[in-house]
Order: sequence, then C-alpha cells, then structure tokens
Amino acid sequence: MSTTTDSPRDPDSSDASDTGAPAGSSASDAGAAEAGGAAETTGAAGSDLGAAGSQLSTAPREDISLPSLGPVGWVRWFWRQLTSMRVALLLLFLLSIGAIPGSLIPQTSIDPVKVEEFKADHETLGALYDKLGMFHVYSSVWFSAVYLLLFISLIGCIVPRTWQFVGQLRRRPPAAPRRLTRLPAYTTWRTDAAPDDVLAAAERMLKKRRFRAHRAGTAVAAEKGYLREVGNLVFHLALIVMLVAFAVGSLWKSEGGKLITEGDGFANSLTQYDDFTSGAFFDTDTMEPFGFTLHKFTATYERTGPQKGTPRVFRADISYFSGADGKEHRTSIEVNTPLDIAGSKVYLLSHGYAPQVTVKDGRGKTVYQGAVPFLPQDSKNFTSTGVVKVPGARTKDGKPNQLGFQGFFIPTYGGKGSGSMFSQFPALDNPRLVLTAYHGDLGLGSGLPQNVYQLKMKGLKQYQADGRAVAQMMRAGETMQLPGGDGSITFDGVTPWASFKISHQPGNGLALTGAVAALLGVAGSLFIQRRRVWVRAETGADGVTVVEMAGLGRSEAPRLPEELADLAGALAPAAPVAPVADSDPDLGTGTEAEADTGPLPAKNPAEPTDSDGPADPSEGARA
Amino acid sequence: MNIAAAANETLAHNSNLLVYSAMAVYTLAFLAHMAEWVFGSRSKVGRTAAALTAHANAPAAVTVRSTQQGGGTAVLERPQVITKTAAGSRDVPDGPGAAGGTEKGDLYGRIAISLTVLAWALHVGGVLTRALSVQRAPWGNMYEFSTTFAAVAVGAYLLLLTLKKNIRWLGLPLVTTVLLDLGLAVSVLYTASDQLVPALHSYWLWIHVSCAIISGAVLYMGAVATVLFLFRDRYEAKLADPAGKQPGAFARSVLERLPSAASLDKFAYRINATVFPLWTFTIIAGAIWAEAAWGRYWGWDPKEVWTFITWVAYACYLHARATVGWKGRKAAWLGLIAFGCYLFNYYGVNIFVQGLHSYAGV
Ligand code: HEM
Repeated sequence: MSTTTDSPRDPDSSDASDTGAPAGSSASDAGAAEAGGAAETTGAAGSDLGAAGSQLSTAPREDISLPSLGPVGWVRWFWRQLTSMRVALLLLFLLSIGAIPGSLIPQTSIDPVKVEEFKADHETLGALYDKLGMFHVYSSVWFSAVYLLLFISLIGCIVPRTWQFVGQLRRRPPAAPRRLTRLPAYTTWRTDAAPDDVLAAAERMLKKRRFRAHRAGTAVAAEKGYLREVGNLVFHLALIVMLVAFAVGSLWKSEGGKLITEGDGFANSLTQYDDFTSGAFFDTDTMEPFGFTLHKFTATYERTGPQKGTPRVFRADISYFSGADGKEHRTSIEVNTPLDIAGSKVYLLSHGYAPQVTVKDGRGKTVYQGAVPFLPQDSKNFTSTGVVKVPGARTKDGKPNQLGFQGFFIPTYGGKGSGSMFSQFPALDNPRLVLTAYHGDLGLGSGLPQNVYQLKMKGLKQYQADGRAVAQMMRAGETMQLPGGDGSITFDGVTPWASFKISHQPGNGLALTGAVAALLGVAGSLFIQRRRVWVRAETGADGVTVVEMAGLGRSEAPRLPEELADLAGALAPAAPVAPVADSDPDLGTGTEAEADTGPLPAKNPAEPTDSDGPADPSEGARA
Repeated sequence: MNIAAAANETLAHNSNLLVYSAMAVYTLAFLAHMAEWVFGSRSKVGRTAAALTAHANAPAAVTVRSTQQGGGTAVLERPQVITKTAAGSRDVPDGPGAAGGTEKGDLYGRIAISLTVLAWALHVGGVLTRALSVQRAPWGNMYEFSTTFAAVAVGAYLLLLTLKKNIRWLGLPLVTTVLLDLGLAVSVLYTASDQLVPALHSYWLWIHVSCAIISGAVLYMGAVATVLFLFRDRYEAKLADPAGKQPGAFARSVLERLPSAASLDKFAYRINATVFPLWTFTIIAGAIWAEAAWGRYWGWDPKEVWTFITWVAYACYLHARATVGWKGRKAAWLGLIAFGCYLFNYYGVNIFVQGLHSYAGV
C-alpha cells in the first residue's frame, strides 16, 4: 500500500483554487455538495458529510453549551447531560469502580460471620464502613444511585434513538454528495453503456444484495446494515429487561437451608428451616405447601489413582409431595440437577455424617438416642466435629446433671501407626467417634437461641479422671463410661445427612430472556456494519459514460473497500469497462501492482506524480 | 498403586517434560526474534517521518489499492478502489516490520516463527497430556489455567498469521510474555494433578471456562496492540511536530518498524469488539451454571464481581470510542484498564480474595 500526497481529484498546484467543480454535476445533489466538500475534517465519521453522512448511527450529539436561562432551560440542559454519551461513560466507569469494594470487604449477604469478625478486628474502620454501607455494597444507597442514574440515562437515550431510527427507516438513504471522491472508498471507470441503463442495473444489483436503494437524479443511493442499529437498541433495551428481572428476583425471593439426616423429612414452612432469608415483598403466608423425605444419600468416591478421593456420585433419593392433597413421588436430587417443585427449587448443597449414639444417665435410663449431625471440617476427607447435648440426664441420686459431649468423627481412621487423627478417605471405611464429656448446665434455659453444633462452656465442667480429661475413641458398638457412675454413651452406627437449599426466585426466565437478547443484540451491533453506497453515471464530454461508485461506513468498517470492489465487479456486466483510446494495454491491466496514481484506467500509473488531474477520467471527461 | 494410576503418573510426568521443552524452544524463538529486531535496525527506512513531513500541510491523502477480482467475464481491466484514511488521523504507512526489510532480519523472523510453531506444538501436547492424566479438562487450578491460557494466546496468534494478517510485530512481545507466564506457572503456581469438587461436574463449566480462557487470551493480543499503539502514537505525534521534542534513536528505530498507530488502534478495537460478545456469553453461561449448582444466578461473589467489572470496563472502552473527545489515547487507556481487570480477576482474586470460586487452589 502506498500513498500520494493529495487527493487524485484535487488539481495540481497550477490550479490551487479548484473552482472547477464538475459542470456535469446535477442539481439533485446540490444540497449535499458543500458538505461533501468539507469531508476532509471527519472523513468516515460522517457527520461533516452533511446529509450523505448523517445518521449512520443514532448516537446522541455532544452538546456542552450552557443552557439559556430559566428553570425549564436548566432542566432540559440537565436531562441532555444525563442522557449524553459522556455522562453514560462516566456512570459506567463509576459502576465498575463502585463494584470493587464489595469484592474486597466481607459482605453480609455472603458471609455474615466474616463481617462480624472484621468489625471486631477493626473498630473504627468497621464503624465507618458500616455507615458507608460497605458491608452490603450492592444494595447500598450510593451503588443503587449509580446504577439507577445509569438506567435513567439509558432510557433517556434509547427512547429518542428509537424514534430517530424509525424516522431513518421511513426516509430513503440520502442522495449522493457531489464529489464522491471525498468518500473513504471510491472507484470509477468509463463504459459504453448508457447512463440510464447503468443506473437501472445498479439499482437492481444493489437491491438484490439487500441494500435499500433508490434513484435520485444521476445517481443511485443505497444503504445497508440497519440491523446494526436494531442490535444496538435491542442490546440496551435488554439491559433494562435484565435489571427489572433482577429487581423482581430480589424483592420476591425466598431462600432457606435445611439439613436432613437420612430417614427424616422437611415441609415448607418457616419453622422448618435452619436459616431463612427473603426479599422485601415476600409474604411468608403464601409459602407453597410441599415437602420431601430423604430416604437415602449415596456418595461414592474414586478409590485409586491421582483422582483418589474424588467424588463420583452424590445423590439424594427422596420422595416429595406438593399441594394440599400431597401425593408422593419418588425422585433423586444431584448437585447440578435440583428438584423443581411448586415454583421453588431444591438444591443439594453438601453432605456429611451423623453418628448415632445412645446416652444413659446415672440412673441407667436411656436419656438420648438418635443421630447427631457432625459438620465436616475438611471438605476432602470429612474429618467432622460436633456435639451431643443431653439436657434430661440425672445423677444416680436423681439430681439434674445435664450432659454434653464434644468431639470429632473420622469416617476413615488411618490406624494407630498412621500418626494422624485425621480422616484418610471420605467414605465410611473405618469410622471412629472421639468424644470428651462435660456436665453441669448446658445453658439452654436462658431462652436464647443456641448454636446446635457448639457447647456453651460457661456452666459446664469437663469430666476428669486421674487429672486428665476423659476422652475415648470408639468403634461402632463401643461405649464410653462416665466417671463416678454418671452414665455412658454408646456409638451405635452412622447415618449420612445431606443439606439442601430451598430457593424461590421469580424472574429467572425473564433474566435469561434478557440475557440472550442482549447477547444477540450486542453481536449484531458489533459485527454488522452499516454503510452507504452511491453509484453515479453521467455522460462525459466525449460522449462516453463515466461511472463513479463510492462507499461510506463508520470509521471502523473494515471491509468497505473490498465490498465496493465486489459491487463494482457485479455492476461490470451491465457497464463493461470501455477501452481507453490512448491507454497503454500493458499498464492498463496492471492492477495488482500498487500504483501511486488515481483510479484506472490510468494513463501512466508508474509515474509517481501528484498532478493526477489528467489521470482521473471523470475529471478529464468533464473538464 | 495399580497400573492405571501409574499410567496417569507417567502422563503427568510427560506433561511436565513437554511444558519444559516448549519453554526451551520458546526461548530459542525469543532469541531469533531478538536477532530479527537487531538486524532490522540496520535498515534506515524512515517512512513514517517522510510521510509525516511530506503531509504536514496536505489534507487527508489517498491510498490506492488494487481491487479483488471483479465479476465481469469480458473485462480485462478492473476498476480500482481508492481508499481514504479517516480524516483527523495521521496518514502514515505501516512500518516495515521487525526485519526492517533486511534479508537477514527476515530470515531470523521466519526462524522465530517456525520455532514458535514447534514450541506451541510441544506446549499443546503438554496441556493435553495433563488433561489426560487427570481425566478432565485442564482448568482446575492456576497452573493449568496459566499453561492453557498461554497455549490459546499463541494459537490465536499463529491462526492470524496463517490467515495472512499483518501481525508479525506481535511475535516478540507475545513470546516474551508467554515465557514469563510459563515460568511463573512451573515455579510459583505449580500444583500436582488434583481433583475437582462435584459442583464443577457440569458441562456449563466447560463452556464457561473455555470461553473465559479464549476471551482472555485473545483480549491479551488486543492489550499488547494497545500498549504498542500508545508508544507509536506518541512517536508519530512527535514526528508530526518537528518543532517539538523528537524521539530518541532507539525509540525511532523500534517504533518506526511497527504498524502505524491507526492500524494498531484498529486491530485492538477489532479484537476487543469481537471478544465482547464472547465475554458476555461467558458471563451468561456462568450465571446459568451458578443457578444450577448454587441456586442463584448471580450472588456478587468476588469472582462474579470482577467478571462484571471487566465487562463494564470493556463496555466503557467501546462507548469511549463512540464518544467525541474520548477516542484515541483515552479510549486506549480504558482498554488497558479493562484488561487489567481481567488479569486481576484471574490472579488477584484467586490469590487475595476468598469466595465460592476458591476451589481452584493456587
Ligand atoms: C447499562 C449500561 C450500558 C452498557 C453495558 C452499554 C454497552 C454498550 C456497548 C457494549 C456498546 C457497543 C456497541 C457498539 O459499539 O456499537 C454500546 C453502544 C452504544 N451505547 Fe451503550 N451501554 C450502556 C448504557 C448506555 C447509555 C446510558 C447510553 C446513552 C447515553 C448508551 C448509548 C450507546 C450508544 C449511542 C451506542 C452506540 C454507539 C455507536 O453508535 O457506536 N449506552 N453500549
């Protein structure tokens, strides 16, 4: 690729003023003429090409002039600023910056425990963050303000753009500018066909290629790629749809967790949940009646190879009912396949083991029997911790003596020689229960809710024997005796448990629809080029027809020259290139060579000259 | 240990060998590229300066190109299409490339590319054997992610080369950073082949992660082009203003040979604009998967937050290009910030921030 120092249409230095506007230029393009002449300043961006270059995009014009006085003027000015590209840009930038703190500072919605820890560790900073809403950034006033402003701006931008676009669809593509050479892609040739025939053929050809084309005077004006604008509008509209879906989802959602040991069940009412959160508009009275029972939880793991310990199957076999009549159905829930039930979804979240124990007190009476869920501390091999609380126990002589046990459960004990108390494998290969025992007051009477996985040590005393804490590692079937005849605990066996999340979130379908529309829209907006093509055919001074073609796209239109060449090729059968009387046949076909001169047929492409006036056939023909 | 396990260990071992060999060959490619630049510096082309001074007062000039094959049968002469650079931008030709038109430089350049192809083959082999050894897609931790990322970036570069795109200028920066990335991967980030948690057993994960890796690797090329654009743009601005400070000899020699600022800018834009829909899709796929696995499609988990920030930052970049007064350098800086967000999402968030996505294991 090489360049000349000037436009081929511009006269050489001997005629600097270029007053010789082609006499043949018709009246029809007079309106666009002057604007076309000013194209140097913006080229493909289009706005200074006047009518011809106008509205290749519906992007709002920048306007930063100050308003005329009066409140109406100010309101209008403010609205124009808010809906300008500049402010949209600023708001987008603010949105991305504003999202950062939420990823670095603990968030209540994700991990409330961490937030409390943070507040305890950083007293002043914590208080300040609290004031600024830093622990719930995405629902804070300032973050909401940014995105609401952005969406107001977006609506204020889309509505006028849509009107404008509809207007553009109703109008025809603008007429050709007088000097097509000013356009970013240009070609010309001479033909023996009559101008009218060429134009008719051009219109047909362009329409066949799905251009919107019409004839104006001695030129055909055509435009294509309106879908780009449609895509862009759809994209921005889809963003609004997604915001609405998001809002609906968070205002009406409900979400709760439930841990269930094998054999137990759940029914959808507030008291049944271990934890529960809901959106502002969620009404707990309208909870759908449904429930399910966990019959069996299956987990299998890879036993050998580098993948050893990798879970292969997690499956909860359940039976569920829905509605008041409550007919039971059997099914299973897996990690990535939730159960869809009465507008809610039930997800399998995690699982673990619940050792079954029998506790007898000093009187020899069985005061507790059942499975106690232990929480895994190591997600790989399931070394788990937990507690057993037995408030009803008494001593030999009948005095209240509440019992508490604390310890851990190891599904696969490595053996004495392994030197590790940690589980070696996640399955129940060699289970052990290790407990120590406490007695006294469990603190349950205070009425405050208590963590079921922890003992409140305040009123408790650890059982000691020979100055050491009583502790025992038990296999299934083994029993630990408490000192002083206070009773015993027997490790009977193990039941698996699974925890579920039950979530109800309306608006998911809407969000997905919006997302897909946004995706299609943005792809259309970025991959489709909107461009205009003009074809002019006029009779030159020597009676031969001069065809000119030019294309205009947005500055990023990458394939405009290629497309124009293609179109010229398609027009060639109707307007074959006329032999040029004095051209050198060897040079005439030398198009592969890069030439520094104007368009073909060039008189002398090899001569690197700026004085291309004579080399330009149309100019020459019209002069 | 049974036979299958042993075979897997052998595969993992072979994978490491392949990655190390790839690094050795990349190093040779790096040296060949250096030779290309050194030999190329001996040619004094000065096209940029010539173009800029000759055009100092001229309006937008015209470039002439030959057309593609036209459609007419009887036509011997095809009309030529004249293209005109967008006004307002400088009308500067692309530089001649690292070799500067010298034969020796060009030879080394070709050697460098051949070596890159060889290194890439080894590299891909390393990634594939790693995948076989763990019997899953090789994206479970940062070591695997980094090696795959680099393989995709080099693959995209080689693909564009095969398509005869003018991107040989990308060779040296790309090979250099790939070496850094792999070095970091085998030393700091190395993790023995490991397992995945069951939440990751979803085909949406493969779609989501592979799109994320492809997006990032391709965006990386855009980011390199943007950095070069900033240098080259300043260089051209200095040349265009003969009264001002002129670039030094070294800067002149290197930047002269790069494509023009306008070409680099256009390349970066096309990359970013092409990847933006893919990145949008990556987010959607992630949301669908999160909905299936965790029961919510969006939860402002740190990883999600940074994916969102990256997306908004690229939207900013695209908007800036359509906004008067923000085109050019300012938009370029926004593009770099956006890529910085992408990088932080993968390195920063994995290392510094705890979240649901922290299964990866550094
Ligand atoms: C919610 C945040 C927004 C996002 C994520 C977003 C995203 C995008 C993207 C990715 C493009 C690129 C498409 C292209 O270059 O053709 C774009 C274009 C555009 N956006 Fe937005 N946008 C947002 C808000 C806005 C707002 C508030 C306005 C109104 C001022 C606006 C006006 C435009 C216009 C006019 C274009 C087309 C520019 C052109 O013709 O090249 N956008 N937007």
